[in-house]
Amino acid sequence: MVRLDGVTKYYGSKRALGPVSFEIAEGNTVGFLGLNGVGKTTLLRILACGLRPSSGTVRIDGLDVFDDAHEVRKRVGYLPETPPVYDDMTVGDYLAFAGRIKGLSRSEVARRVPEVEEQTRVREVHGIPARQLSQGYRQRVGVAQAIIHDPDLLVLDEPTHDLDPVQIVEMREMIRGLKDSHTILISSHILPEISQTCDRLLILNDGEIVASGTEAELSGKLLASRDLAITVRKETDDKPEDAERVVRATAGVSEVRREDHGDAVTFHVTGETDVRASVCRALVEAGHDVIALNRAEGELERVFVGLVSEGGA
Amino acid sequence: MSGGPVGVVFRREFAAYVRSPMGYVVATVVLLLDGLLFYAQALGPAAGERLSGMVLAGFFFNASGLTAVAAVALSVRLVAEERQTGTQLLLDTSPVHDWQIVLGKFLSSLAFLTAITVATIYMPLLILVNGKVSLGHIAVGYAGLTLLGASVLAVGLFASALTRHQLVAAALGSAITGTLFLFWPVASITSPPLSGFFAALALHGRHFAGFQAGLLHLRDMFYYVGLTCFFLYAATKVMEAKRWE
Repeated sequence: MVRLDGVTKYYGSKRALGPVSFEIAEGNTVGFLGLNGVGKTTLLRILACGLRPSSGTVRIDGLDVFDDAHEVRKRVGYLPETPPVYDDMTVGDYLAFAGRIKGLSRSEVARRVPEVEEQTRVREVHGIPARQLSQGYRQRVGVAQAIIHDPDLLVLDEPTHDLDPVQIVEMREMIRGLKDSHTILISSHILPEISQTCDRLLILNDGEIVASGTEAELSGKLLASRDLAITVRKETDDKPEDAERVVRATAGVSEVRREDHGDAVTFHVTGETDVRASVCRALVEAGHDVIALNRAEGELERVFVGLVSEGGA
Repeated sequence: MSGGPVGVVFRREFAAYVRSPMGYVVATVVLLLDGLLFYAQALGPAAGERLSGMVLAGFFFNASGLTAVAAVALSVRLVAEERQTGTQLLLDTSPVHDWQIVLGKFLSSLAFLTAITVATIYMPLLILVNGKVSLGHIAVGYAGLTLLGASVLAVGLFASALTRHQLVAAALGSAITGTLFLFWPVASITSPPLSGFFAALALHGRHFAGFQAGLLHLRDMFYYVGLTCFFLYAATKVMEAKRWE
């Protein structure tokens, strides 16, 4: 569906992207993750035929985005970070205009506008001028214009940008609803936002892809040797000391911090390898009741930060 | 207007003029000044006794200047505003050619400017009622205003395609239009062959004088049509280049 080979983009002598190469199969939902300014928007604009790469080739459905731009544009729906909405038009008129400019006939527009308004839940603002819309509605109208011509590929640049938590959840649900009928590419700098929506993540740093895979694969790569919190029941006063000794003695454990609370004690463990199983086994064999085993909070963010700071796992 | 991309862009842009205060401000100012100038030269105490044809020619002379100013004001928003607000991205990533965008925008501004110009028709008709002018003179004069307006609209559209700032576009459009106007006085103070060169390129003067007097010369029509096509072509090329930036 999407294939990039050695794509770069320079602004003057400054490299904004690449070289980047990857393939995305039809029907996949892929998230591009990276801090602000690492090239996400540049990459998505190239895929949406809005920016010419400095080198490399980009093919969508086998068509070159530059040589066959007109045909590619029929197959791609694009939501930029700021939805391209005309403030002086009503939502209905705007979607009809977007449909017509993307090549739909009058009868197709008459059919598609109510459909996408339902899909993106903007039916209730059909007759309202866009200037009166909240940010949440603007984003949804932006998605509606991107899918009005029923494109094979949907490119969404920061679709949850500037939304409140409720609107973010609604947007996430809406994107999930689109997964069955479109290949979707989404960018974000907030990992949990797209990890819950995407089948696969590509992590960008300094214009390059530093990691790719499912959330579980990426987490596994980085978190195998990272923090875990294991909680045991404190049955007698000497039990915590014994449990701590057992944990410290487990092979691969490099650091242990103890936290007592009520009738339980939690050990925050840092391991050189994945020590979850061995610590747990050692404690049980020593007669301790393990009542909780968690990776440390904020693990997803740590994957992201780890990848962008270490240049890949 | 057809249902193709040119028609779609035309209808959106024309509706934008009708919906925006800017369209009404330009129309009001042009009609007010046209009316005041007409009163001063045709009906006012200082008007004196003149032939109807001369009054009509004077009206077209005054109207040509106001039409040019209105054309700059109406056209500079056409592309720059879209770039400023980010809506240009919708057009840039849609399967529509740049010439279709340019033509749709140009025709919408021309239609709006023509509507303003036609609204001044009561003034020549007043001359017709109280004096003696031919309908042909009136028709040719309005054709001249339309052609002159179309040329300046094309200049303004070209300037608008160059930048995302409407004020910069207005300054550029005014500078190009002003330069083309100035070629006529420059022609009068230079010697041949330079004078002929400047006179041939001047936006006003030689090329508008015929329309003003009710004389239709193919040479003048070709000049305005050519100038319009040149700047529309330049605007299209700028749009093509910027579409991939």
